[in-house]
Amino acid sequence: MLERLRKPWPDHRAERTLGAVSLLVGVGVIAMVAFVATEAWPIFQHNGLSWLGGGGSLEHEIANMTAAGAHAPAAVYHLRAWPVIYGTLLTCAIAVALALLVAVLTSVFIVELAPVRLRNVVIPVVRLLASVPSVVYGLIGILVLAPFVEQHLITAHDKDSVQNVVQLTGEGLGVTVVILTIMITPIMIALICEALSSAPPSWREGAVALGLNPLRAVRAVTLRAIRPAIVAATVLATARALGEAIMIEMVSGGKSFAPNLSHGVPTFFYEPLRTLASAIVDYHDGIAAPPLRAAVYAFALLLLFSAFVFSVAGYLVKLPLRKYQVRA
Amino acid sequence: MNAFAPDLQAAPPPSSKRGRRSSPWGWRWGDRLVLVCAWAMGIGLCVIAGAIVLYMAYRGVQYLRPSLLFSRPQVSLSQAGSGGFLDPLLGTMLLTLIGVVFALPLALASAVWIAEYGQGGRVRQTLARVVESSIEVVAGTPDIVIALFGLSLFRLGLFAPLSFRAEGGGVYGQSFIVAGAMMSLLALPPVFTATRDGLQAVPAHMREAAFALGKTRIATIRRVLLPSVRSNMATGITLGISRIIGDTAIVLFLAGDTPRIEPQGGAPIVNLLRGTGSTLTTYIFQNSPAGEGGAPQKAYAAAFVLLVLVLGLNLLVDRISRRQARSMGLTAAGGIV
Repeated sequence: MLERLRKPWPDHRAERTLGAVSLLVGVGVIAMVAFVATEAWPIFQHNGLSWLGGGGSLEHEIANMTAAGAHAPAAVYHLRAWPVIYGTLLTCAIAVALALLVAVLTSVFIVELAPVRLRNVVIPVVRLLASVPSVVYGLIGILVLAPFVEQHLITAHDKDSVQNVVQLTGEGLGVTVVILTIMITPIMIALICEALSSAPPSWREGAVALGLNPLRAVRAVTLRAIRPAIVAATVLATARALGEAIMIEMVSGGKSFAPNLSHGVPTFFYEPLRTLASAIVDYHDGIAAPPLRAAVYAFALLLLFSAFVFSVAGYLVKLPLRKYQVRA
Repeated sequence: MNAFAPDLQAAPPPSSKRGRRSSPWGWRWGDRLVLVCAWAMGIGLCVIAGAIVLYMAYRGVQYLRPSLLFSRPQVSLSQAGSGGFLDPLLGTMLLTLIGVVFALPLALASAVWIAEYGQGGRVRQTLARVVESSIEVVAGTPDIVIALFGLSLFRLGLFAPLSFRAEGGGVYGQSFIVAGAMMSLLALPPVFTATRDGLQAVPAHMREAAFALGKTRIATIRRVLLPSVRSNMATGITLGISRIIGDTAIVLFLAGDTPRIEPQGGAPIVNLLRGTGSTLTTYIFQNSPAGEGGAPQKAYAAAFVLLVLVLGLNLLVDRISRRQARSMGLTAAGGIV
């Protein structure tokens, strides 16, 4: 056998083997998506798409599902997952908006403003932030930031104002958003920097020659030209933020509660929440119960679907850049 | 398109003071504000990163004892008695090894096939697109979804040999080999992308020279192309390893999450693969207030070790890509992650 392998392979056999392995990867991935979809099917069967909406208590529904045995009546499949969907949208939207601002400014700083010596510091730093494991971010959040928020930022008045609704422990929207922003900013910076530095310098030089100061030239010409790359970076960062599970599980407070703006602004940021991904972590123990399994897989399918949509969107958005020969 | 052609008529007459705009002090307020913000963000990011690293180093020095690295975890209520994290450390290495062993052949075969054989004919092109897109789907899939997928998949009776049967006869579905197989999905995209991009960047004359010497296609790939993209492969593998090391969800769901490595059965290596255990990441998770045990000191110590491992890998990637850039006559500028 080894002797046969050591001999030079005929070309067609090599090609067939390689092709078969590649197709195996492709088929495996398609099977994975199909598997998740079939597991999630009962939820769609019983709720249609209205499980994405609100009404009803999620905690109550999950408790029913956990209690139900192997042969659950159809009523147990009732699910209204709005609190976790809202939590996901809320954390992602705020974190991505913050990260976009930070990333664009930092990228301009790195590519256009920073002296070479400083740039040689900032680039490795960004890479470092990108590579810190999420569990370490979570640890810092739960052991440093959350206690700080509880002891120094949440006042007794804040606690009293919502004491009948939810308990404020420091873990919640604010801490989650701050850490999520730090986690996704490096990805955006990497992509924006790449586009910024591959935009032809002559465009910016032309603008400077027309009398714009260097910063305004970057803003008016280069940033506008690489707008698709910025959108693509935002899209990718959103996809990453959506899927973040462990860090959010650690610092979000883990309650299916929808932070309510009407509680006033600082309180809003202290309120706990749960996202789709952290709900999967919370409920995965109970997947022996078929209804809960279907619910958890429905969450996963929603994540998978949005990740897919975002990666397609990111690809489409970057297409116009190609005609300028800008690598992004 | 207006942005590219500033409206010349509306522009103010050129200032008589030359060079006034060259200094930020002469800029408009808005511009100065943006300038200050950009500097503040750049410096601020460095400060945040510095604070994270220094804080973890401080806690690491405070709580990390060499004995922790070499003693096994104990079940105990107090932090003093709960032992070290030898098993999670070994678990991390074992999982990394399994993940890379699974991912490498798949990623290399797909990359070579797509770069070298995927062009001829419409059918082949379509298939190549399918494989490429499906790897992109995996790259975009959150790790938690991969973990959940594995959780149900490996409970099927078909996969019983990979873990063990629980007392009721159901398949337990959690073991190192199961977790490693799913981990390979994390490592697959970076290895694939790096190798494919490397192969596509190899100049055509190298292939032509090899063909002219009478080498077959596969021999060219083995003797000429793969050696020339070795450093791309190394970058991809290192990135894949750091994704595996840093991942928590898959280990939490699929490796059984026992503090110690618990082998299953009698066969020497197979029992380890079928056994359960944990890694540094789940050890940190379980010892933090979010998990079961409240042993933050142990969590800090383990997090420090994890951070050192990841940063070391980061340096390695940097080194490899810099050497590669030098050997290809390029400057190290360009992509930053």
